[in-house]
Amino acid sequence: MKRREFIRMTSYGVAGTAALSGVSTDWFGLYGNPTVDPGTEGERVVPSFCELCFWKCGILAHVKDGRVTKIKGNPKDPLSQGHLCPRGTGGTGLLYDPDRLQRPMIRRERRGSQEFEEVSWDAALNEVAENFERIKARYGASALALFSHGYGGNWMKHLFHAYGSPNIAAPSYAQCRGPRDVGFDLTYGWGVGSPENTDIKNARCLVLIGTHLGENMHNTQVQEFAEAIRNGATVITVDPRFSVAASKSAEWMPIKPGTDLALILAWMNVIIGEGFYDREYLEAYAYGFEQLREHVKPYTPEWAYTRTGLDPEQIRRTARMMAGARPATLVHPGRHVVWYGNDTPRSRAVAILNALLGSWGRKGGFFMPSTLEIPPYEYPGYLDPEGGRADRPDSSQYPLADEVLAQGVCNATIPSGIGDSRIKGWMVYGSNLPTTLPNPEETYRAIQELEFLVTVDVLPAEIVGWSDVVLPEATYLERCDEVYAPAWREPYVAVRQEVVPPMYDSKPGWWIARELGQRIGLPEFFPWKDSMEYAQTRLHDAGLDCEVLQRDGVIVGEPRPLYFEEGAPPVFYTTSGKIELYSQRLAEQGFDPMPTWHDGEVEDPPRGYYRLLFGRSPVHTFSRTTNNRLLSEVMDENGVWVNREVAERWGFKTGDRVYLQNQDGVRSSFSAPVKVTDRIHPDAVFVVHGYGRKARRLRQVYGKGIDDAELITRYKTDPVMGGTGMNVNFVTFLRAADVEAQVRQEGAEGAQVSAAEEESGRGGRRVALNEGVTTEVGGEVVS
Amino acid sequence: MSDVRYGMVIDTATCVGCAACVIGCKTENDTPSEYSRDWIYTLLQGEYPKLRLTIESQRCNHCENAPCVEVCPTGASHYGPGGTVQVNPDKCSGCKACIAACPYEARYIDPRSGAADKCTFCMHRIENGVATTSCQEICPTSSIHFGDLDDPESDVSRLLATREWYVLKPEAGTQPKHFYLR
Repeated sequence: MKRREFIRMTSYGVAGTAALSGVSTDWFGLYGNPTVDPGTEGERVVPSFCELCFWKCGILAHVKDGRVTKIKGNPKDPLSQGHLCPRGTGGTGLLYDPDRLQRPMIRRERRGSQEFEEVSWDAALNEVAENFERIKARYGASALALFSHGYGGNWMKHLFHAYGSPNIAAPSYAQCRGPRDVGFDLTYGWGVGSPENTDIKNARCLVLIGTHLGENMHNTQVQEFAEAIRNGATVITVDPRFSVAASKSAEWMPIKPGTDLALILAWMNVIIGEGFYDREYLEAYAYGFEQLREHVKPYTPEWAYTRTGLDPEQIRRTARMMAGARPATLVHPGRHVVWYGNDTPRSRAVAILNALLGSWGRKGGFFMPSTLEIPPYEYPGYLDPEGGRADRPDSSQYPLADEVLAQGVCNATIPSGIGDSRIKGWMVYGSNLPTTLPNPEETYRAIQELEFLVTVDVLPAEIVGWSDVVLPEATYLERCDEVYAPAWREPYVAVRQEVVPPMYDSKPGWWIARELGQRIGLPEFFPWKDSMEYAQTRLHDAGLDCEVLQRDGVIVGEPRPLYFEEGAPPVFYTTSGKIELYSQRLAEQGFDPMPTWHDGEVEDPPRGYYRLLFGRSPVHTFSRTTNNRLLSEVMDENGVWVNREVAERWGFKTGDRVYLQNQDGVRSSFSAPVKVTDRIHPDAVFVVHGYGRKARRLRQVYGKGIDDAELITRYKTDPVMGGTGMNVNFVTFLRAADVEAQVRQEGAEGAQVSAAEEESGRGGRRVALNEGVTTEVGGEVVS
Repeated sequence: MSDVRYGMVIDTATCVGCAACVIGCKTENDTPSEYSRDWIYTLLQGEYPKLRLTIESQRCNHCENAPCVEVCPTGASHYGPGGTVQVNPDKCSGCKACIAACPYEARYIDPRSGAADKCTFCMHRIENGVATTSCQEICPTSSIHFGDLDDPESDVSRLLATREWYVLKPEAGTQPKHFYLR
């Protein structure tokens, strides 16, 4: 057994005989050079779905000696198809993050200062339940708001519905995809959903407007993007940054930031003017074509050139490329589209352009998705909400907002000139509001007004430090969740299951919601023993076998027609029952019924300032993954992308460290290295979101790089649906050496002047507790 | 099976440089933190706005004429199954001659064992009858292909026969078995 001895002697000693059985090292007669097995193959392989982002890819988690060794894609899952993005692959970096929240904590006032005390679950849940009941008794249920992001949040939403509050907000709406959903809904009577019904793999021409597929790693979309390239699709990318997608494109259109609508209108002008539109399709399905034809007449490529800086010939050429491939031309609707406050009109323009090309409901455009019907769990009916939504004090505002506006709830927490605030308590589930909502100072002001703030999270993100009670949730690998049955190419259902038991004293979201529900007198809403029993009930009612689901991770139903030409019904849930090129609903509400360019709506950067753009790295999701040690090996700090000529004017070399300061004099808390590159428009700088973190307990990412969110002190609200356009801030550079010298001179200890750290513990004021925790348990100080 | 000649082909037309291959390799092969057997290389050419970006997922090239094997004083670096280049950590003295000799900077000393380490083409999987390397399996754009270069019907052979390709540092004379499609 020489081989086994050797393995024990080296650090590869985790390999056991089981893993090696079948390896025949004398295969090639190579005695003495055995193949080394790293021994990561699981003794158990558990199918589940991912939560590193919100695409919900099917995974296979390998477990050995009680540890998750590696995570692979589940080949049976329609979204992952056996492949994963780097984040999902690095899920163990979240599970084994040494900075994880471990035990429930309560904020205590002690000897004049505030600190977290680690407490039992019972004590923490009682504290939360008392505050929920007190707020309901004093102000009504609607005074308690939920901010939620992530699939486990469904349990908290259920709790809030049962409790009676309508103020259930997700920043994924007004801070992300809302304008797109409204824009497409206004046009087709359908949103594009998540996962989007984009038929990328069959597109012959794919148009990406600010969508950086390949850096934005929504797995299936990126898989299909590659497939489209393999199939010879023509890619056109509109982006002030030479994104990875731009590098795969036949045409890169380095547009002046903020002028996308002008380009799309010019494309319509060419496609209609040159007669390239899908006449039959429009005659059959569309409403308002004649109005649109007249409307876009002035928007010539030459007119657009003066706004966008794009060569009119390139605008014509690309319009013809799109028309040549129709209806298999997909103008991608994007996802994070809250840019300039005119985002619903721009998303409408994208929707209309697709209609001109006849791509909705057609192969290579947008497929018609189907869903596996799984009846809801039978609860007693939810109560009618007590009191109304608080996010729009004046109900005539943002009339087409069909979800709650997160920033509206935040603002409704701050007393206004009219009177007291409407929101008194928050529960925040998996949503780090200071890096998510624009203008974090506003968020901090709202937090100071709160009577109660409870956070459910996995990591000690900034929001945790502001909380009164912190409930440590188990990660997605340690918990079951609500089953997932999205609208997709084929109807299917996926299950999230506990791969390993929860570490530390963390608990799954369903358990937290159920315990709270029972404590606040709502046991009838939590009749199930656990989430798996809940799932079994739902599956049983749908006639599906939960055992099969648990074994395979998914159950896939029969495919249905995907396209109109295959028999998918061309149904449009709009006022006219047709595709609305001219929107009657917008007209009724006093908005432009067709997307209209207004000069001056998008401001230019002042001299010496550059538009702050932010986006994704393929290895990170928002601010959720930047503390992941495994992913940080690929990227552990963001840099500031600066156009080469701009950098030359400033005398910057790649690697020079700078702080960014915005138009309102707000300076980034930390510095980042300049990346001098030709890959960005001279009007703009770009940073990857999620860095420059101020929570000291996030030891991996604390202080690394620049946080775009703190520089977004201004935002422009979309009047149609309340989305917060965030690409309206301008920044200039401060050399790190200068800033740090100045700060030293001023006698400060470091250059970090963060909002969170400036707070001091005077009279009842809430203090950020995201330093190392000093807590007392039974008189013993633990840290 | 002894006439198998393993090679890898990467399609740069579809690779987005997301580094799933890197994270996938780290977890599959349990490599130490801060060390990796594969990595992403990018090259930007041209001037704004006429640009060209090349993205390559790189690793050991498993050369036919491998300088690392040549210089290894102990026989730890050797030609292994299917013509791959392997390291026997048990024989490795950690002298780093191979690290100096490798034109691709594919090797490092694993601080846990003190032995040289690098990509194995996932031989522990291949010899166990798994058809894929871990980087290939995970790759969301299916840009990584692996197989027998001597089998004209293999995926890798067909791609090399039908697409334009290049290898890294051909001037080094190493005869890499790691190819990039344009």
